[in-house]
Amino acid sequence: MSPSRVVIVGAGQGGLQAAISLRQNGFDGAITLIGAEPGLPYQRPPLSKAYLLDGKAEALTLRPASFFESKQVTYLPDTRMLEIDRGACEVRLDGVGGDRRLGYDHLILATGTRNLRPPIDGLEHAFDLRTLADAGRLREALAAPRRIAVIGGGFIGLEFAAVARKLGHEVRVIEAAPRLMARAVSPAMSRHFEAWHRAQGVALHLGRAAIGVDAAGVALDDGARVEADFVLLAAGVRPNTELAEAAGIETVNGVSVDAQLLTSDPAISALGDCASFPDPRSGAMVRLESVQAATDHARLIAARIAKGACPDYAAVPWFWSDQGDQKLQIAGFAGPAATEEVVADGLVARFDAGGLAAVETVNNARTHMKARRLLAPGGSADLAALKDAIFA
Amino acid sequence: MIKVTYVAHDGTETVIEAEEGTSVMQAAVSNDVEGIVGECGGSMMCATCHCYVDEAWEARTGQRSDDEDEMLEGAASEVTERSRLSCQIKLDPSLDGLVVHLPEEQL
Ligand SMILES: Cc1cc2nc3c(=O)[nH]c(=O)nc-3n(C[C@H](O)[C@H](O)[C@H](O)COP(=O)(O)OP(=O)(O)OC[C@H]3O[C@@H](n4cnc5c(N)ncnc54)[C@H](O)[C@@H]3O)c2cc1C
Ligand code: FES
Repeated sequence: MSPSRVVIVGAGQGGLQAAISLRQNGFDGAITLIGAEPGLPYQRPPLSKAYLLDGKAEALTLRPASFFESKQVTYLPDTRMLEIDRGACEVRLDGVGGDRRLGYDHLILATGTRNLRPPIDGLEHAFDLRTLADAGRLREALAAPRRIAVIGGGFIGLEFAAVARKLGHEVRVIEAAPRLMARAVSPAMSRHFEAWHRAQGVALHLGRAAIGVDAAGVALDDGARVEADFVLLAAGVRPNTELAEAAGIETVNGVSVDAQLLTSDPAISALGDCASFPDPRSGAMVRLESVQAATDHARLIAARIAKGACPDYAAVPWFWSDQGDQKLQIAGFAGPAATEEVVADGLVARFDAGGLAAVETVNNARTHMKARRLLAPGGSADLAALKDAIFA
Repeated sequence: MIKVTYVAHDGTETVIEAEEGTSVMQAAVSNDVEGIVGECGGSMMCATCHCYVDEAWEARTGQRSDDEDEMLEGAASEVTERSRLSCQIKLDPSLDGLVVHLPEEQL
């Protein structure tokens, strides 16, 4: 029997998609979508890209208010879940949606992540970039000429750096690892972006940790200082798993789920940024921060709830990052042990024990799409197969 | 405001009005038109905003770019000469009255 009351906690990209897909799959029970943020659910990727330039908040909205009426989805914005009571199958809420308890037959955790606040003195001087409210503050700050320091050379920090530089600001990026985007891309791709950012006039401090922030800039671990009148903290995120943990649900770097995206409690699923799931290709537990993972997870969970069963999760990961005119596209997922093969300038293939794991390209949609097809389930491509596909 | 008509696969027509500069994908999503997903928000990453431009409008919507061509290869439904990624069509006054047809599937 399919559950009749589904509660979705977290009204971001994945939580909203779960509501959309439940109705698309014909689920006719009650759906309540609970979100801690005000306003309608919106997409985050443009926050570090187009939105900083054009300020068009309406363009970020994922669905208009009419969607919630026509699809009979109860949306409670500005409302936070405080507790999961698994015994009673209830969540405890607080905020605009009421200080009350809400029963569920199935609960979907879509709580995303929040910015990591490393133990750095004076971090209250630094800005964040996670929410629309954060991005609005950054836009205001960028209205006057600035000397900017960005702590963290990952996707978000670098996308922001590219925009700020384009607007004519002085930009310095501080990254503790010896290379940019070290957790997510190959060394060769890091070098490509290192050269590109430097060519734009962005100063990079690699292998240097920030140890203090004050009104005049950032202190580095080698005693140097980066003078700045504006500091962005983009040093990674932490999955919002505390409430699941407190309720005794298994969590390891995210809420742990199986190939059906069920948590250790079969009445609770988890998706997107907050979920750690088995990579369909390698079986290793991974947590991906991407629109693709959030929406593909949501679709599977919705189909399973509406239809009672569905095949295991098998989607090929894809991701993009726009840094100025450089569009990085990643098909697949490469773990930290993957090797790299530079196939051409701006085209890197990554391999592990199972063969081709991921393909990273810059401004090369053609190869990206071919790689996505090569990586589809069941395949195990080698370098020759990849080259055949690309150069065919 | 610019008028756009979306013709669903089953023939249902939805007429909406959108501001100049909005994309055909964005206009559909903000008006809750089913049949356009627009998962990547117009970043040319997902091909879930596939549409067929009505014959009468083909000349005015312009050509698809090379990248758009490549992304369309990943589209879920058949790709024809009139296929476009609707996130790549920006509305301007010359497109007032535009008619696009939607594919059976986007995923
Ligand atoms: C600036 C920026 C740029 C990005 N760029 C890209 C990109 O180019 N490409 C890409 O693929 N991905 C990108 N991402 C990542 C992408 O946005 C996320 O992977 C995606 O939003 C994850 O969706 P989600 O539903 O898991 O979490 P989110 O969209 O983060 O939503 C989680 C929501 O849950 C709410 N919440 C948390 N706890 C509670 C609670 N207890 N009660 C109620 N609500 C709660 C939060 O407030 C939040 O609104 C970017 C992210 C950011 C911040
Ligand atoms: S919205 Fe993704 S390609 Fe158009």
